[in-house]
Amino acid sequence: MAAEELPSQFDVVILGTGLTESVIAAACSRVGQSVLHLDRRNYYAGNWASFSFNGLLSWIEEYKNQQEVQITESEQVWRSLIDEGEDAVPLSALDSSVSNLEVFCYASKEEEKEEETKAPLTSFQPVNAETVSEETKSDSTEAQDVVTGDDTTASDAQTPNQEHEVSEPKEEQHTSDISEPSQSQEEKESQLISSPADPPVEVEKKITYQKLVKEGRRFNIDLVSKLMYSRGALVDLLIKSNVSRYAEFKNIGRILTYRNGKVEQVPCSRADVFASKQLSVVEKRMLMKFLTFCLDFEHHPEEYHDFTEKPFREFLKNKKLTENLQDFILHSIALVTQLTLTEEGLRATQHFLRCLGRYGNTPFLFTLYGLGEIPQCFCRMCAVFGGIYCLRHSVECLVVDKGSNKVKAVIDTRGQRISCSHFVVEDSYIRDEQRQSTAYRQISRAVLITDRSVLPSESDQQISLVTIPPLDSSAPAVRMVELCSSSMTCMPGTYLVHLTCSSSGTAQEDLAPVVSQLFHVSTIPGEEPSEGAEERSKPAVLWVMYFNMRDTSALDSSSYSLPSNVHVCTGPDSSLCSDHSIKLAESVFHHILPDEEFCPPAPNPEDIIYDGDAPQAEGPSFDQSTNSEADKSQAEEEGASHEKSPSTESSEPAEMDRVTQQAPPDTTPPSEE
Amino acid sequence: MMHGRVKVKSTAQQEEEKRKEKEEKLKAFVTARDAVLKKRSAGEHDEEALQLTRQLLSSNPDFASLWNYRREVLLQLETSREKDEVQKLYESELHFIEACLKVNPKSYGCWHHRTWVNTRLSQPDWTRELGLCDRCLSLDERNFHCWDYRRVVVKESGVSVEQELQFTDRLIGSNFSNYSSWHYRSTLLPQLHPQPAPDSAPNTSPSPTTSPQAHSHRVCEEQLLKEYELAHNAFFTDPNDQSAWFYYRWLLGRAEREEMISCVYVSREGERVSVAFSKPVHAQSEGLMLVLDGQPQQVEWRSTHPRLRHSPVWLCDLPPGSISDISNEHNLTIHWTEKHTHRDCALYTGCAESWCRDSATDQELFRSELSVEKSSVLQAELQSCNQLLELEPQNKWCLLTIILLMRALDPLGHEKETLTHFQALKEVDPMRSSYYSDLCSKFLIENTILKMEYAEVRVFSLSNKNLTTLCHLDQLLFVTHINLSSNQLLRLPPQFAMLQCLEVLEADDNAIESLEGLYHLPKLEEVSLRNNQICKLSDLELLASCTKLTRLDLRGNPVHRTAHIESELSQLLPLVTALSL
Repeated sequence: MAAEELPSQFDVVILGTGLTESVIAAACSRVGQSVLHLDRRNYYAGNWASFSFNGLLSWIEEYKNQQEVQITESEQVWRSLIDEGEDAVPLSALDSSVSNLEVFCYASKEEEKEEETKAPLTSFQPVNAETVSEETKSDSTEAQDVVTGDDTTASDAQTPNQEHEVSEPKEEQHTSDISEPSQSQEEKESQLISSPADPPVEVEKKITYQKLVKEGRRFNIDLVSKLMYSRGALVDLLIKSNVSRYAEFKNIGRILTYRNGKVEQVPCSRADVFASKQLSVVEKRMLMKFLTFCLDFEHHPEEYHDFTEKPFREFLKNKKLTENLQDFILHSIALVTQLTLTEEGLRATQHFLRCLGRYGNTPFLFTLYGLGEIPQCFCRMCAVFGGIYCLRHSVECLVVDKGSNKVKAVIDTRGQRISCSHFVVEDSYIRDEQRQSTAYRQISRAVLITDRSVLPSESDQQISLVTIPPLDSSAPAVRMVELCSSSMTCMPGTYLVHLTCSSSGTAQEDLAPVVSQLFHVSTIPGEEPSEGAEERSKPAVLWVMYFNMRDTSALDSSSYSLPSNVHVCTGPDSSLCSDHSIKLAESVFHHILPDEEFCPPAPNPEDIIYDGDAPQAEGPSFDQSTNSEADKSQAEEEGASHEKSPSTESSEPAEMDRVTQQAPPDTTPPSEE
Repeated sequence: MMHGRVKVKSTAQQEEEKRKEKEEKLKAFVTARDAVLKKRSAGEHDEEALQLTRQLLSSNPDFASLWNYRREVLLQLETSREKDEVQKLYESELHFIEACLKVNPKSYGCWHHRTWVNTRLSQPDWTRELGLCDRCLSLDERNFHCWDYRRVVVKESGVSVEQELQFTDRLIGSNFSNYSSWHYRSTLLPQLHPQPAPDSAPNTSPSPTTSPQAHSHRVCEEQLLKEYELAHNAFFTDPNDQSAWFYYRWLLGRAEREEMISCVYVSREGERVSVAFSKPVHAQSEGLMLVLDGQPQQVEWRSTHPRLRHSPVWLCDLPPGSISDISNEHNLTIHWTEKHTHRDCALYTGCAESWCRDSATDQELFRSELSVEKSSVLQAELQSCNQLLELEPQNKWCLLTIILLMRALDPLGHEKETLTHFQALKEVDPMRSSYYSDLCSKFLIENTILKMEYAEVRVFSLSNKNLTTLCHLDQLLFVTHINLSSNQLLRLPPQFAMLQCLEVLEADDNAIESLEGLYHLPKLEEVSLRNNQICKLSDLELLASCTKLTRLDLRGNPVHRTAHIESELSQLLPLVTALSL
């Protein structure tokens, strides 16, 4: 579809489809702002994206190409669109947020060499920028198909089931949804039980590189590895806004740690403590007593006030907790460092405990099909309420009014001038000239495909969070998430393992030692481990990728020299959860619209008034696919989005009219004086 | 531009709609109900009846009459259909019940109907039924309807005890605060790991037979040790959770005392026989037989107090003149035919009375609360609990369990500690302080009886022990002097009438209001009740049945304010010559 003619005016133009930008887009669109949401990439979610294996190979290819290519800038196109009294602030065309990328393959490549070199080329299909209006839900999934290669079934599988446990965890309907993966898991268990002689046979069925490529669409590999605290900011927002209906979730099954050369389960819930075989009964009591204290530690300041200036670790020692327990609490429950102060440690422990039991025995949830789903869910919500989407479509420069020093318009990569009241942009689009400082922190990442779990148990379908205390005190703690195939992120028979830490060197320098401790890394691709039984017991690495990602989360508005109506969204941070990004989105939203509610619940389908009229679309190119949706579950949203004729019962139309008449709404700061 | 805002109905609008909807629903329900009841009374058993009841029950599964009607219809249809069709009919019935259970998982009607449907099927699918139970219990692990139904399914389908034990492992592992699972476990373990029957009973009592049930609910020691560990894990993890503590108490054992005749007492005076049993019985229906010098006797058994229908002590009078001559020797045997046990008692020349009983030490009279055989095991358990108490000095379950363990190990040796722990218990759990006081009284009386037995005395003192209640009075059959002064007793209970040999009662400085137990005590001569709470003359009426009572001290009781008290009393108790008011 041709999208030459974008409307020439929006309330908010948003560049970048990462989590923060997508939440802002949804929030603005939800309260009636006109939103244009752009991304220079051909996939959603930016550095938050999830890729199929083939998609990831393309992404790697693109990264390598970008390292070589020098972008020549053509200023002429947009120069002519800048008027008197206006300044142009150009944006960066290059994304340099990822660095030190290294890939190693240990899966056997025999007889698949041809396939392997071909795969990245065939699966990478450049797609024209697409404009997605509220009705063109199919477009949005198409765009996603680009991400997952040419696979349609995978994305089909994602869309139909829009119910999931987060919004109403108690309903039976939902429980049955949850039980789906666990049923298949039981099947597998029973298979295991029925054929105890299988394992040696399975070893022979080595997973080859060809197999990984062939089954590549079963992978959804996150660039950023994060989990959701069940009472964290993201889950709260998903529930509050009803966006949760667009995704499905799985509970993290266990929390593990690596101590004394062994992977062990961390007892964190009451049931875990009860069942733990590593703790003595006295330790059990001490641990439970301490955790109970943490639940309402604020009410017992006398217990910790001598330690407020001291590290949490010292406080734990003072509480006469054994070394065992100190390690568990510090690294795996509070998830803090040796240097964290007592109060912060207590608060982190409390948060962990409050999250327990909401959806299961651990405090964490994972998004089926990968974290990349979440930004897309918010984009979808934005589209439902009228936001317009273009991928492979960026902004060349900002048009700044010299008098007010505010952005009044942007010029897109097709040379169209689009006026707006606010401009929201992801950090990686900002040139160094607009920065006060270019010193960043970095995140070290490793992505592994392995052949078995680091701690095999009765069920092979568990997601595990593994905390690995620093090998020496100067090194950072490493966080590892092991995903099973029922999390819809890897092919059956494999595990997808994410390692994350804040960088002290390159990702490979930081993480390779941990990888070789926990996994068998063969020297020759496809070779059997030969070092003996101990090596055999470790999972083998089939494929690994290391890279660093810029961590801009410490930056704030004072870090940039930009007009006040430009809002920069920093990228993902190194923490386990996404709370920072959600809080940032909320604060940007309140900056733009101080009097509006942030992501109020989307109405229930039965409470929506239907006129029976056909939607009166004004933009000719955005109403094409209105009737093409067969999916019943989407009908409600369509109903929601079609409803836009002014009604006297609502207080909103006035504002809507204003927008359609291109008058600036009252709620936005004056931008065109 | 397209920036559609969704128009949402106002709340008033919504409420009105909901109200109307509700009204219509109700109307439809009532109409259908009336139609169904009419059909039933007309005796119609057809498809339509199934259809109508189905509609009603799916919105209200607790309508028992409709389930009954449905059963009538199904039974009727069963007679007129092919086997295959009947099978299908009941299969669909099971599906329907499942839908109803989603509406109300605690519907008596649904679960009952499901049990019934399974009895109509030739080959019920028990695996599916077990799966249903698992699903229900995972949603609500305390749904007792489902537990009940599950028991039926397990029984019918012959699930192995091992599997069931694993089932409880699973439930307890996911949440150990669920007594249903612990209790179920306690019923499975003795089946799976029974205690081996003792080859030769080590402490055989004189009675030749031991009851076979005595050991049947016990678990072998190896398994017991594992279970102790499980319970430790639970109560160290959460010492305030009572499920594990109760299970632990069960593990530590609560042996039922052997049923036996614990004592026979015979007195020439009044020619009376008293028999004490190890637990309360109803002698008239127990098949007791009294043999005197080889001759069965026709005697009438009566309990010591009309209010005690079941009593551990029973009396009978021998035919006049049968043992009154002090120069004759007599042999008396009481046979308890039903329990195949008996006890002999010899009354020698020159003796006015005689008795036969085991000493308290032989019988381990009061250790039945916890009955694990090996004291080394108990000692280890006491250590564990003391370890927990150090960490949780305020925990009532731990305190109480320690008290019980100490009693099982050495009641006299631990008496002082026990009293301290009782004091702590009353402080941490004031709501139950009366319960703890009664329990403490019981233990103190037991200890005094144990001490008395060592000395074989008939003078029994329980003064100044803060007693709030009296118990084990059946053990005091021969006591002639009892001192209960300076306690907190409120009454002398009916059981007090078991003290058949009592001559002197001292019960000064209590708060006694009722003298119910001073009833037909044939030897009672002297009663001192100074400073108590006896208020009315009528409270003293029963004393008239104690025909030997001559001295009565009632000083410091409210009753002295009664008008004409002295003359009233001398009329009531003409034999009392020394009355103090």
